[in-house]
Amino acid sequence: MTFDVARIRKDFPILERQVRGGQPLAYLDSANTSQKPRQVIDAMSEFYERHNANIHRASHQLGEEATAAYEGARLAVASFIGARDATEVVFTKNISEGINLVAYALSNAATAGQDAARLAVGPGDEIVITEMEHHSNIVPWQLLCQRTGATLRWFGVTDDGRLDLSQLDELITERTKLVALAHQSNVLGTVNPVKLIAERAHQVGALVLADAAQSVPHQPVDVQDLGVDFLGFTGHKMCGPTGIGVLWARRELLEAMPPFLGGGEMIETVWMDHSTFAPPPHKFEAGTMPIAEAAGLAAAIGYLTETGREAIAAHEHDLLAYALPALAEIDGLRLLGPAEPVDRGTAISFEVDGVHPHDVSQVLDELGIAVRAGHHCAWPLHRRLGVQASTRASFYLYTTRDEVDALVAGIRHAQRFFGTV
Amino acid sequence: MTQIESLYQEIILDHYRNPHHKGLREPFDAQVHHVNPLCGDEVTLRVALKDAGGEPAVADVSYDALGCSISQASASVLADMVIGKTVREAMGINGAFLALMQSQGQAEPDEDLLGDAIAFEGVSKYPARIKCALLGWMAWKDATAQALAAVDTDGGDADGKEQS
Repeated sequence: MTFDVARIRKDFPILERQVRGGQPLAYLDSANTSQKPRQVIDAMSEFYERHNANIHRASHQLGEEATAAYEGARLAVASFIGARDATEVVFTKNISEGINLVAYALSNAATAGQDAARLAVGPGDEIVITEMEHHSNIVPWQLLCQRTGATLRWFGVTDDGRLDLSQLDELITERTKLVALAHQSNVLGTVNPVKLIAERAHQVGALVLADAAQSVPHQPVDVQDLGVDFLGFTGHKMCGPTGIGVLWARRELLEAMPPFLGGGEMIETVWMDHSTFAPPPHKFEAGTMPIAEAAGLAAAIGYLTETGREAIAAHEHDLLAYALPALAEIDGLRLLGPAEPVDRGTAISFEVDGVHPHDVSQVLDELGIAVRAGHHCAWPLHRRLGVQASTRASFYLYTTRDEVDALVAGIRHAQRFFGTV
Repeated sequence: MTQIESLYQEIILDHYRNPHHKGLREPFDAQVHHVNPLCGDEVTLRVALKDAGGEPAVADVSYDALGCSISQASASVLADMVIGKTVREAMGINGAFLALMQSQGQAEPDEDLLGDAIAFEGVSKYPARIKCALLGWMAWKDATAQALAAVDTDGGDADGKEQS
């Protein structure tokens, strides 16, 4: 069955917009944030119109309905990522918060009693990340090492944008407490061999966290299959609203980890001088959570599932196979990341000789084409590739070949405008 | 494409292709390094002061910059505008340029005061580019403040010392 992108686009009201005085919008910035289908927008409106109340503690019908919406979203997430059960799904405000949750658990573990002690990180311990990470999967680990005296190490990146695995056994050793890496790069599109790295990590007793912000929206992801211990992703990159993310973790880890944020809802009992805590996942959900957003996320999961995640992945692969050669044909354009559509997602970053990304994106913007310019929250990666800044186009289920054509034409236009061709 | 032409005026593109006063020179009184964290544009800028009838004046502004056409051109225009002026006058021009950038397209800039810098008026309608246009100007302000402070501490000795 062919992927009916025209029909899908009708579900996304914003795609009808014109920008910059009459240009149809070509939205090629989905890696930054995705657009939302009517179904997600309606789910949130409907929650506020018909079911709004606080969850868990309200003792009336609306409270029941709100709780069902929230906990129903948790079930939907669990099923979406192949979790063993919904208690392994913790809602956060985004993936950055989820990663920080884990990092703080590893430092707080030193002072959180017997059960947590085995997770504690200290001097002599190592945390391993990679040079292609988003800042959200770098900075929390830097801060962790600062707090605890642990050492930060990282995998390098090859010239064609893959992880350099040549030092795998030297980087991941008995000293390693945790390995954190991107499942799919937001700059290069590279899909990393998470399974392989998880196997090595477990051999030496290290934990593994996958940053799946760019993979969960675009391909089927199964946490059992990946073999990881933690996995994070965020609603707004997968057709869901901002303000809600997910940290999935194995149950026994969540049971051992100390809380991150303290407050209402995450407690079992409270006295003035001490408290006891709820079991996971609620132990990690302090205060009033983004309830309507959870309803929106559930609707997004439903939408993606109904559209078909394999079908979406195949559509994006087609676009990639079309776009990569078309871009490579542009004289003066240097593609960052793998040139072949193999183990590679649809974040396409590039340099244009003599035209700074800011200027490229400005010209594209004038033509109604939305891309991103800069270092895309991956500054170390750019330094490694010898690039000061890049332009990034990124696709999703609603992207068309026409939009790819417009991108190519727009880049050529920018080259002419700045007189480099 | 007239809106974008108001942003990328010919003067700006000229300065971008042939930046004035580019390069790092000695002597200098202060050096700063400024970065725009959003996009990675950066500038290293040196200021050399001189005495002009009892008040400090800008003898030279030299710089090395990596970035978009707006940030590069703006650094070039800045150097043109402040070299040879007293610090007091140059700070006045700096303030006027900042005001122009923050004007959201509503300003009526003083061409006599701003000279070529008036070409950046279109930037004020593109919030994402304002920091680009200001990068060199803020760096110059910072370097000049440091150079003046050094003069104060050393009692008038302002000769080729690196401040940052």
